[in-house]
Amino acid sequence: MFGKLSWAAIPFDQPIPMITSATVAFAIIGILAWITFKGYLPYLWREWITSVDHKRIGVMYTILAMVMLLRGFTDAIMMRTQQALAFNAPGFLPPEHYDQVFSAHGTIMIFFVAMPFVIGLMNFVVPLQLGVRDVAFPTLNSVGFWLTATGALLVNISLGIGEFARTGWLPYPPLSELTYSPGVGVDYYLWSIQISGIGTLMTGINLVTTILKVRAPGMTYLRMPMFCWTALASNLLIVAAFPILTATLAMLTLDRYLGFHFFTNEAGGNVMMFMNLIWAWGHPEVYILILPAFGIFSEVISTFSGKPLFGYRSMVAATMVICLLSFTVWLHHFFTMGAGADVNAIFGIASMIIAVPTGVKVFNWLFTMYGGRIRFTTPILWSIGFMITFVIGGMTGVLLAVPPADFLLHNSLFLVAHFHNVIIGGVLFGAFAGYTYWFPKAFGFKLDERLGKVAFWCWIIGFYIAFMPLYVLGFLGMTRRMQHYDVPEWHPWTIVAAGGAALILCGIIFQIAQLVYSIKHREELRDVTGDPWDGRSLEWATASPPPVFNFAFLPRVTDTDPYWRMKHGSSGQNQPDEELSYEAIEMPRNSPTGFICAFFATIMGFSLIWHIWWLVIVSAVGAYATFVVFAWRDRDEDLIPAETVAKMDRANRDARGASLHELSLTS
Amino acid sequence: MQAVANGLKPEGVTHVQLCRVAGLCMPVLSWAGNWLKTSRVIMVTAGSLGLSACDTGILAPSGPVGSAEKQILIDSLGIMLSIVVPVIIATIAFAWWYRASNKRAHYLPDWEYSGRIEMVVWGIPLLVIMLLGGVAWIGSHDLDPAKPLASKQKPLDIQVVSLDWKWLFIYPDQKIASVNLLTVPAGVPIHLSLTSASVMSAFFIPRLGSMIYTMNGMTTQLNLEADQTGVFHGLSSHYNGDGFADMNFEAHAVSREDFNGWVQTAASGENTDLDAQSYRELAKQTIHVAPAMFKLRDTSLFQSIVMQKLPPGPGPAPSVSPRIGG
Repeated sequence: MFGKLSWAAIPFDQPIPMITSATVAFAIIGILAWITFKGYLPYLWREWITSVDHKRIGVMYTILAMVMLLRGFTDAIMMRTQQALAFNAPGFLPPEHYDQVFSAHGTIMIFFVAMPFVIGLMNFVVPLQLGVRDVAFPTLNSVGFWLTATGALLVNISLGIGEFARTGWLPYPPLSELTYSPGVGVDYYLWSIQISGIGTLMTGINLVTTILKVRAPGMTYLRMPMFCWTALASNLLIVAAFPILTATLAMLTLDRYLGFHFFTNEAGGNVMMFMNLIWAWGHPEVYILILPAFGIFSEVISTFSGKPLFGYRSMVAATMVICLLSFTVWLHHFFTMGAGADVNAIFGIASMIIAVPTGVKVFNWLFTMYGGRIRFTTPILWSIGFMITFVIGGMTGVLLAVPPADFLLHNSLFLVAHFHNVIIGGVLFGAFAGYTYWFPKAFGFKLDERLGKVAFWCWIIGFYIAFMPLYVLGFLGMTRRMQHYDVPEWHPWTIVAAGGAALILCGIIFQIAQLVYSIKHREELRDVTGDPWDGRSLEWATASPPPVFNFAFLPRVTDTDPYWRMKHGSSGQNQPDEELSYEAIEMPRNSPTGFICAFFATIMGFSLIWHIWWLVIVSAVGAYATFVVFAWRDRDEDLIPAETVAKMDRANRDARGASLHELSLTS
Repeated sequence: MQAVANGLKPEGVTHVQLCRVAGLCMPVLSWAGNWLKTSRVIMVTAGSLGLSACDTGILAPSGPVGSAEKQILIDSLGIMLSIVVPVIIATIAFAWWYRASNKRAHYLPDWEYSGRIEMVVWGIPLLVIMLLGGVAWIGSHDLDPAKPLASKQKPLDIQVVSLDWKWLFIYPDQKIASVNLLTVPAGVPIHLSLTSASVMSAFFIPRLGSMIYTMNGMTTQLNLEADQTGVFHGLSSHYNGDGFADMNFEAHAVSREDFNGWVQTAASGENTDLDAQSYRELAKQTIHVAPAMFKLRDTSLFQSIVMQKLPPGPGPAPSVSPRIGG
């Protein structure tokens, strides 16, 4: 009846997962009870859960990422503590638990923090920057989000029911095969990544279509803001790379569930095939994450320098070159497999070549600041922190691309330091810059600058204290994923690294404090203009938060930095109110399809993991039926009458006009 | 640095402290070195004064492979620092000088293109990468793990099998084998053929250089040499399951005479025979295995493992619980 599921699946004997999962469960039940009691449930259902508005979905993606960041960071603190303690000692985490912790940390941070964070920001910003009303496929967008949430949920269920993978964040066979990992851990990994991966693919298709097909009049490719270009490159990579991930994991699933032999030791299976395939996805994946971050930095640096982006066309070229080259370097993840000198050298050099367009980008940001009038807000602090940190991470990355150097440093803590250097210093700093930069657009008030700056300094100093020792440990020959060790030279550095993690924790606490404080003091932080930073692209041309239809009139774009040009009066779009003739706007209708599909997908994933076959069938039918019902819908759009549009838009124009008038009086 | 073959660590407390301090200073020194535009010389000196003083890790190589790889590492780092350090300084300088409150800085609100600068920003990284690409190409060929080392001595063949979770070293010509203990003659090239009895692992002795993967049903090749006698830390540098952290061994580089003596000790006495039977026992999962020596009865044992005539390791014992250890 319940497959492999029994009471033995719950780790009653292990206090850490029991207490954690109990706390999480109580928190979830508590929040749900509070929402129900306060009567917020209908509002949440109507305005958020069933919403197909790209802005709302973007916000939900970002919230998911931030919540999962807390989970992933808890894992990080546990690992750093364990390694600081486990010199000639067992520490507090036994191997079977420690191995789950680092596997979960990597999986969560990449798939459920970095991915939803950048996808959330792209979802929110791209249609606004393109000057349009929504993405190409609004309901698909909602489905994509809820499937991602399903994956995140399944990973967290593994904390209390069963176990998570103990194979690392990429489940290299044969360790991940049934012979060596008979538990449900790898199955949790496989199904949560498969389900969320399909969600990601949907988002990729959606955003590629949006950028290629849905743009404001006059918004030619070479007038698109840099963030849209990087989003295009990133989503093209998603569309090209994620099917490889799905296929690879499907092969491993067939091995585990149906006795196939793609990657087993026996019967002609080949582990090298898995490594090639997983990195054929895995390397583009890092560019899927970093390219949108590059876009955010381009926007932020240009805005706060009060200048257009330097070398815009060069930046576009660099982005697309990175996009292409990212598919030609996957082998550098396993130079130590014995492929031979020619193969290693060619892939090493190919990897280095990516440093050229990346270097160009760094120089162009530098020259964007040159001759600027830089306002030191939190977003630009993150950006400058990124530029300094990222060139170090890039340098160590190129060092690892030199095969003989990699023969010494592969799999060491040097490697761990390198990829945290680029993922924290690049992707995460970018996400934080974007979060602070676009927060007022999403909610109509700014985040507190003071707390934001304190959080930034904690993060960046904490980062250096936590990860520079790992570079040294790599030089000292310490390999990654060690549950304990007995080399005395390593010990002081692991203690310093743990201290750095503690400082990062302070950074996170300040970020939470910043959010809470800003919500409480939102009236003081209110932005009525819709343009709190003196922005340059179209998202700042509409109200904060934007109306559901984004723009009452689709803007007409004549050049790059369109809103800057509007403000400076070159395009004559600031017509007086009386000349405007409002029209009714059709907007896609909210739909619970995404949520219901994900509900069935969660049950299906769970029952696949536990071999509850009848439930698999029931939930698969349920998910399919949901899709069929959606496909047969009679009405898919709501009409917003012209009067409503006029009322909403006039209110915004008045507020903006009044505050601009006030500004001109004071200055 | 004196060399001891009995496993005693040669360093005293002061030495360890010294090398920690030196290690801390190294990045600072190299940074300063670059600033003075004499980057290479000073950095290499700083590097060798710093971490090389330590007796752990890849910056204290004790063999030709490790030394050559360390040299490439330092060279590449030097080449890149010559561009990275100025960029970092320029970032801070530009950001500071062009702060909004600085009235002396010129504001160029429309300056967004310069063909000359574009050429330079594409040119500089391109030149650096061409230089570094050359280093990578030559280095990959010179230091290909499978390439035999240049030496007058005849290489010693050793076969390495990674098991769950210990290392088996087979000396086919000496007809002996050992677990978690590698003894080699110093100054003699070692030719290692490696495979895995179960999951993937990686063989690595940081102070001797190059690591390499071990995979079941396949053989990888690695050539190493220890310059001098000494005891080196060896480990699995690829995560392979619960016993991973204990999959360490000591590599002893000893004199020719001591090596011969060690071989005789291993071959005689009450050491167990290693054949298909005892190998199967060895292939079962065990953690924290003490070093042991064997007489090799079956010289084709390694071939049998690679060709899977001997089946791969059995993995964990079957359990009713969905959680291992649960």
